[in-house]
Amino acid sequence: MRTFYDEISQIAGNVVTVKAQGIGYDELAVITTDQGSSLAQVIRLEDDQVSLQIFGGTEGVSTGDKIRFLGHSFQVPFSDALLGRVFDGSGRPRDGRPEVKAQTVETGSPAVNPIKRRVPDKMIHTRIPMIDIFNTLVGSQKLPIFSVAGEPYNDVLARVGMQADAEVIILGGMGLRHDDYLTFRHRFDEAGVLGRTIMFIHTAADPVVECLLIPDLALAVGEQYALQGKNVLVLLSDMTAFSDALKEIAITMEQVPSNRGYPGDLYTQLARRYEKAVDFDGAGSMTVLACVTMPGDDVTHPVPDNTGYITEGQLYLRNGRIEPFGSLSRLKQLVNGDTRDDHRAIMNACIQLYAQCDESREKREMGFELSEWDDRLLQYGDLFEDEIMNLNLNIELFDALDKCWEILAGCFQPEEIGIRDAIIQKHWPGKSPKKEKEKSPEPVQV
Amino acid sequence: MKRRIKAVFGNMVVAQTDERVVKNAIGYCVRNDGIKLLCEIIRVRGDSVDLQIFEETRGLRVGDHVEFQEQMLSAVLGPGLLGQIYDGLQNPLPELAEQVGFFLQPGNYIHALDTERTWDWSPKVQAGAVVQAGDTLGSVPESIFEHHVMAPFGLEGQYTVQTVAEKGSYPVTKEIATLTDASGNSIAVTMEQSWPVKRPLCVAKRRLLPTKPMVTSVRIIDSMFPIVRGGTYCIPGPFGAGKTVLQQITSRHAQVDIVIITACGERAGEVVDTIREFPKLQDPRTGKSLMERTIIICNTSAMPVAARDASVYTGVTLAEYYRQMGLNVLLLADSTSRWAQAMREISGRLEEIPGEEAFPAYLESRIANFYERAAAIELRDGTVASVTIGGTVSPAGGNFDEPVTQATLKVVGAFHGLSRSRSDARRYPAIDPLDSWSKYVGIIDPQKVEKISQMLRRGDEIRQMMTVVGEEGTPIEDFTIMLKAEFFDSAYLQQNAFDEVDAATSIDRQRFVFDKILEVVEADFIFKDKDEARRTLKKISSMFINWNYAPWDTSVVPESEREDPPLDKSKVKEDSQTERGDFKEMLGQIDQYIQSLLDKANNSEKETEDELEQLAV
Repeated sequence: MRTFYDEISQIAGNVVTVKAQGIGYDELAVITTDQGSSLAQVIRLEDDQVSLQIFGGTEGVSTGDKIRFLGHSFQVPFSDALLGRVFDGSGRPRDGRPEVKAQTVETGSPAVNPIKRRVPDKMIHTRIPMIDIFNTLVGSQKLPIFSVAGEPYNDVLARVGMQADAEVIILGGMGLRHDDYLTFRHRFDEAGVLGRTIMFIHTAADPVVECLLIPDLALAVGEQYALQGKNVLVLLSDMTAFSDALKEIAITMEQVPSNRGYPGDLYTQLARRYEKAVDFDGAGSMTVLACVTMPGDDVTHPVPDNTGYITEGQLYLRNGRIEPFGSLSRLKQLVNGDTRDDHRAIMNACIQLYAQCDESREKREMGFELSEWDDRLLQYGDLFEDEIMNLNLNIELFDALDKCWEILAGCFQPEEIGIRDAIIQKHWPGKSPKKEKEKSPEPVQV
Repeated sequence: MKRRIKAVFGNMVVAQTDERVVKNAIGYCVRNDGIKLLCEIIRVRGDSVDLQIFEETRGLRVGDHVEFQEQMLSAVLGPGLLGQIYDGLQNPLPELAEQVGFFLQPGNYIHALDTERTWDWSPKVQAGAVVQAGDTLGSVPESIFEHHVMAPFGLEGQYTVQTVAEKGSYPVTKEIATLTDASGNSIAVTMEQSWPVKRPLCVAKRRLLPTKPMVTSVRIIDSMFPIVRGGTYCIPGPFGAGKTVLQQITSRHAQVDIVIITACGERAGEVVDTIREFPKLQDPRTGKSLMERTIIICNTSAMPVAARDASVYTGVTLAEYYRQMGLNVLLLADSTSRWAQAMREISGRLEEIPGEEAFPAYLESRIANFYERAAAIELRDGTVASVTIGGTVSPAGGNFDEPVTQATLKVVGAFHGLSRSRSDARRYPAIDPLDSWSKYVGIIDPQKVEKISQMLRRGDEIRQMMTVVGEEGTPIEDFTIMLKAEFFDSAYLQQNAFDEVDAATSIDRQRFVFDKILEVVEADFIFKDKDEARRTLKKISSMFINWNYAPWDTSVVPESEREDPPLDKSKVKEDSQTERGDFKEMLGQIDQYIQSLLDKANNSEKETEDELEQLAV
């Protein structure tokens, strides 16, 4: 028998409070209004007062509307029928096709036991030198792209998604412009990956609560595939929209804000999502690449700041380039020691010299006299930007390393670049002509 | 009698009861499917009791039953802790994985010690002996240590040993002694006991001033900003500056008996790295796996928030327990900011009046109390033992002015501030040599350290001046100082954590290389122009960097002056040695090069003198 509750005592923001008994925390409910019905989730219990956040928003909700509790928390159907489909934040199809009927799984599963995690060791070749050499992407990594509005962050995300040979790609779009959603869809279709892609899309026009559910949906489905032994790539854009939705709900619930209005548990909320990235010991893996737009290009803003503490590095996308400073893949040392013996040395030397080049550029701008050393740094900087930092490059890791050596040899003496002799002896161009050309290995896929 | 849930909000539950309750005692919320969720009483108001739940609260209902205990949240102490991997509530994670699989389902609790394993017990006291709290009753071998089984720490006054178990093999739950107090009450003692984690455990004759350096093998720490056994230090830094790598390096190479790693609210991946790597790594001092001297407590960021608070306290309690056996223990907490944030979350839910950045007003005192649990102590038998605490801080926006960093800086003995600009320039470890400080004396003569610090400061001033007046406006003497500071930075302060040789520099080697560097720094080189100066110091730098990669040769230090524990020779791979070059040979080259520069300088001086003489004539 279905029990309906209709003693609504409060409607504020997206939260409705109703009198009910025997309701579990986190439980799901359906509210039926004149406009139709919407899912809702219990976010506070106090005596017989149950507060619910309404996924579809509270516009037009009346105090006499009926609420029915479902007796379970948020669930998503899981089967291969999801592939190629597009859903909204409540899990309803948004591609005009019928609902998927399948076994459901709960979202927001408990944390993975660290004992059951593997140390990630698979490099993902992206054929972009700024990632492959300097910020190597590793399977099961959670890596954000820090950017600002106007930068082509969704393009970069789509590109990595298309080139990576993941078995399943899951796109979680939060606060996307409708155009962006269509572009993603179009590009995945063109690249022929739509058949192994699942999209959960919340556009800026949709109710804000649904935005909160996107990562949970995407990650719950991804986790199931990973448990089945698949290697999953989850793309999330834009996590700042997600955080803003959190802020909105927290303020409605009259929580004490901690920093710029964001709730004190922002770190925990973000971490619970990002930490879903995993390489299961004895099953598959899930890699998370997420866009974070930095309001006002300020990395100390709570969203990028908390994200940076959670994720395993970050890529800064600025002026259409991945910045060499600040961008970092924390997992790179797990794989870059086994690529080629000069990988790490090149990685450090090139960035150190580029940093020095920056200083020389400053000197030049201030109109100071430039030493011969400055001139060479400037020459190096230009070459490095054109031939290595360019995001349009599409070259193998080993070729990219060789190119770095060429640039270094063109500008500096061996003892000036801070690389130890053994490595220089082996790789300095021209010095050892009989140097065997090592073949690039087949790229290891996600 | 009623004990029922009244409200649920996040990880906080309000329960109603008419029973006696103890603040900070633990209890269980019973979900209607029978699962019991551990909680702690954090506030009592009338018949309302506020509980923080150490699990996800999903599924709890108003009206659900609550059970309370008298006992506060306690750590289980006894043989078998070493090598374990616990969650914040001291549940062994490998056993949990075996029982419940991939995920940490709420409501599963496993006893911290294996009750089936037996230990070789040797009694150390006889019936009739008089003992006090913390006195050793007997011992069992655990890993490379003699694990003392001690009289319960909570005892007051003197007790007489009534019976004591004979030498033999027993499980931890076996009654190994009975003690009676003056009025004849007797208590049974097993190998395991428990201690409330929030109360410091310290049974000692007195607290000592910590003075013995705790060597980490990280050059910038040991030489410039040392830590001592029984001291405290903190590593604040923005994300990506290398806090965790620094902690990992320290946990591997620190010269202490036991390392306890508390991963508090940080990434699971980092713990996994330690869990998987440590059993494979050899402790150079004992030849055993590093895991045998390590305890990992992990409450990673995806695990329930309230248990973060518990994990920090559990870690320090275990450290104090091993200190009671006369051992030197290092506790690494990564990151204390997550712990502070957990306090903030709870405080917010309790609707306490928020302090700065919504942190609770008691933030500072909690942090101070925690760090004060580090100490060097003299036990009643005269043994000196210590707990050293090193905590990382993750300040919001990398700004050290925020409350957690400031509260921490007030109570620690050393500050290793990581800087974004150094990490951006890949100058690792990114400890800022100008901002950081230490109140302790380390392995290098403080006067020498002061000389170098002055040079670094001067070098920085000159560099800043140069951005205004340009290189051409800088005298060559100043320019050389700046280059020397840069040389010291790249050849000594920077260290490659991922190279097997450079990652760890022993005491003897640090002293030796530091002196050699001082020679260069104090040498009066004469350069004809700035380009020559830059080329020369770059060359010297590069020689020293190569030298850092060469395996250490103990023979350069006379045996009487050596302090390093003897190394296991078999560990060093021969082939890598040849590729990396010979330490002594490279030393010769450096000496030769420096001498040639000095000779040149002398000659040019002489030439000038000669010229002057000629002019005079």
